[in-house]
Amino acid sequence: MSNKIETIDVNLHYGDFHALKDISLGIPENSVTALIGPSGCGKSTYLRLFNRMNDLIPETRITGKVLLDGENIYKIKATKIDALRRNVGMVFQKPNPFPKSIFENVAYGLRVNGITDKSFIEGQVEKTLHQAALWDEVKDKLKKSAFELSGGQQQRLCIARALAIEPSIILMDEPASALDPISTGKIEDLIFELKSEFTIVIVTHNMQQAGRVSDYTGFFYLGSLIEFGKTRKIFTNPSKQETENYISGRFG
Amino acid sequence: MTFPESNDRRKKIGQAVMFGVSKGISYGIVALLFLILFFIIKQGIGVISWEFLTAMPTDGMTKGGIYPAIIGTLYLVGGSMLFAFPVGVMAGIYVNEYAVSGPMKRFINMMTNNLAGVPSIIFGLFGMALFVNQMGFGASILAGSLTLGLLALPIVIRTTEESLKSVDDTFRQASYALGGSKLYTIRKVVLPIALPNILTGLILAVGRVSGETAPILFTVAAYFLPRLPNSIMDQCMALPYHLYVISTSGTQIEASRPIAYGTAFVLVAIVLIVNILAALLRNYFGKKVKMN
Amino acid sequence: MRLRKITEPVFERLIKICGYSSGFIVLLIVIFLFKEGISFFNLSPVDEGSTLWVHNSNPVKELDAAQIKDIFDQKIDNWKAIGGNDQPIELFTLDELGEAFTAEQLGPKFEYLPKCIDSYMDSLPGAIGFFPEKQTVGLLKSAKEVEVDKVSFSTFISDTEWFPTSRPAARMGIMPLLLGTLLVSFFAILFALPLGLAASIYLAEIADDRVRKILKPIIELLAGIPSVVYGFFGLVVIVPFVQNTFNLPVGETALAGSIVLAIMALPTIITVSEDALRTTPRAMKEASLALGASQWQTIRKVIVPYAASGITAAAILGIGRAIGETMAALMVTGNSAIMPHSLLQPVRTIPATIAAELGEAPFGGLHFKALFALGCILFIITLIINLLVERVSAKRR
Ligand SMILES: Nc1ncnc2c1ncn2[C@@H]1O[C@H](COP(=O)(O)OP(=O)(O)O)[C@@H](O)[C@H]1O
Ligand SMILES: [Mg+2]
Repeated sequence: MSNKIETIDVNLHYGDFHALKDISLGIPENSVTALIGPSGCGKSTYLRLFNRMNDLIPETRITGKVLLDGENIYKIKATKIDALRRNVGMVFQKPNPFPKSIFENVAYGLRVNGITDKSFIEGQVEKTLHQAALWDEVKDKLKKSAFELSGGQQQRLCIARALAIEPSIILMDEPASALDPISTGKIEDLIFELKSEFTIVIVTHNMQQAGRVSDYTGFFYLGSLIEFGKTRKIFTNPSKQETENYISGRFG
Repeated sequence: MTFPESNDRRKKIGQAVMFGVSKGISYGIVALLFLILFFIIKQGIGVISWEFLTAMPTDGMTKGGIYPAIIGTLYLVGGSMLFAFPVGVMAGIYVNEYAVSGPMKRFINMMTNNLAGVPSIIFGLFGMALFVNQMGFGASILAGSLTLGLLALPIVIRTTEESLKSVDDTFRQASYALGGSKLYTIRKVVLPIALPNILTGLILAVGRVSGETAPILFTVAAYFLPRLPNSIMDQCMALPYHLYVISTSGTQIEASRPIAYGTAFVLVAIVLIVNILAALLRNYFGKKVKMN
Repeated sequence: MRLRKITEPVFERLIKICGYSSGFIVLLIVIFLFKEGISFFNLSPVDEGSTLWVHNSNPVKELDAAQIKDIFDQKIDNWKAIGGNDQPIELFTLDELGEAFTAEQLGPKFEYLPKCIDSYMDSLPGAIGFFPEKQTVGLLKSAKEVEVDKVSFSTFISDTEWFPTSRPAARMGIMPLLLGTLLVSFFAILFALPLGLAASIYLAEIADDRVRKILKPIIELLAGIPSVVYGFFGLVVIVPFVQNTFNLPVGETALAGSIVLAIMALPTIITVSEDALRTTPRAMKEASLALGASQWQTIRKVIVPYAASGITAAAILGIGRAIGETMAALMVTGNSAIMPHSLLQPVRTIPATIAAELGEAPFGGLHFKALFALGCILFIITLIINLLVERVSAKRR
């Protein structure tokens, strides 16, 4: 399988703080890659490289290459950043629907990107709500505020929101950490469903979750990538001592 | 999926325009402030002289100085703070240190909010009804100071409360652990740490009070009184009222314009000094407290 | 040590008392304001001791303040218009007696005055007489006293004229003042809100930290300038500007008031809405940007809606400030208590009315009490505004 994303010798500094150190890693297409590691080790920072979210933080310096479909996304013209972000969906730790109706939340990405065809938007909203396994629960209250949904529903709505503009990559930063076990299970099922169509990168704190949903796992520690490989291999037979310590819960 | 590329360009342009507009408006507002200050300073500075500040008004307030108004305002500010500062600080202590959260605390906060929102003319009416008439103080420095003090009270309460809130709880716990009583802890530990911020609040309250006109209209202010007050039961002149009088209701409005500009200048100078002082105090002590 | 055992409880008691001071003061304000304000109602709009008389044959028994003023302004000149017989109204004041009778007839100490009045009134079936002092008139045989309707809350609220010094009967309708206040405040917010919102967006979302740290205190300085200085600035700059721009006979207009009050409301609106905008979670902004939205789209479609209740609170607070503002309104709005129908005419606000008239109103009299009643109305309005703000900002929590 080819690599959808590839980072080569990436370093990232927040001011004086060296947050990512020489990360070189390929993320395979149409698979789920989990990023694990103790908190503060740079997982989120790494994830946010792929849609250039770190650009928004002042005094951030990035060196190295981040290739997406072979193109260095830090060398593209500024006008192409919107297109990049359309291609890379993102789901956050806490559900964060917009202060709008359920329908408008899903339609948001279409509207801000200049899609005006009403019936197309309606179709797309319905399709993605189905994809996010939320349609049956919300089909009668699309006009209601998204804040009226439960936490788990809100998070699936956020996934639907990301799916609506048909990205090829979905970044998930601890998407289930604020949810109860049942909602978490639904999100995990969803991830499993989605990987045939999307390349998914998920940050997680939860070892079992990484084991359940991912095909590949990368272990980060203090800003460095310690080990990357098939999830089964990392979890059963890690080649680095730090990885083994972390997996077996001796720190982090 | 394909998106219209023109939209990305339109977004960029729209953003640039709106950012420019917001920026322009913000700087416009700042420019407006400078315009007001500059205008008053430019017109007023020529009038300011030692004599202007220390002489009595003469010739129907078209000549001479504003000495009694300055002194009157000093009296009123001093008098109002004599009331508002101790009461307000103690009220702030009560709200932050004693009142357990719940309906009572919410009630007090709501009342302080309401008091802060009462228009100053209402304070004037109230001061007239209570201090001037009911309590028989007549139009006097006493009545005016108390009225202004009431107006300043919520400001002092609020800043005291905020200052105390920002004192880390570990200080209190450390004192309790050493056997300090609650009041002792507040007096010896909490208040000294919070004091700079409380003083900032006091200074801002002084700034506010020195410019208030409506509350003193009927409680103390004298239209024209070219002498210094003899006692706190005397009426006095005051800077803001003086400015109002000579700019609107004198018989020789045009002739007294220079005096008006000079008075406005003094008022604006007070505001600037007060704000700079507060900012300095905040900066200076802000660092010191953090080091503790 | 023992001393402290005694002083501490005393101090703590004192602290507690002070803690309740704001509640206590609000209560006192309410009591004193409403005591005077409410006693205004059920007073007669005619000065105490003054009386109005009509001819015995006149079927009119009762008049209200508006009718009396119209009669004496000669806007009503026939009794028919107010339910009487079809005959012209003849105004009769004491001055006319001096012409109709000689000093001898009136007596050296005016002791024959009642008799003269009586005979004079008798000859004029359409007359209405106004006598400031009852004693001098005594009881008349030819005429009867007209009852004057008391000031009622409904006339206070609905009467469209504010003319507290009008004689024989004062007109005290709050309508022109209330509308004047609302007009000036409404337009002040209409000017200030878009500007303030734009500035708060710039400070909260666009400007970098360094710029913001400089701009913010400068804008807050606007709030520190005394209202009388704004009034003065308005008087010497805004008023002539308005006058010249619109070619008006006078520049002191509702528009000038709105402009000055708008400037004064800016810092409140900016600070409160900036705080509200800042509460938008970072992740929510990022979610929008991650969907390809521009920063401006994010501001317009996510951040502003998220902060909507805070921005509403800012607007309401701003209106409250404008409604209660006294000195600036007094100095630039021109103070004419007529029903406003244009921004380019002088108006008079409630606080300005109190400030301008309380000094001249005789203590404890009708006018004095009317001004306290105005104060009550103003107080109620600000109370409602405070509650609204509380309600709106409670909603977001
Ligand atoms: N905006 C920022 N400015 C400065 N340092 C940051 C910033 N964001 C994150 N960091 C630091 O970078 C390190 C990595 O953060 P992050 O990628 O969020 O870790 P993780 O997601 O693995 O918990 C942490 O030590 C964090 O303190
Ligand atoms: Mg993280």
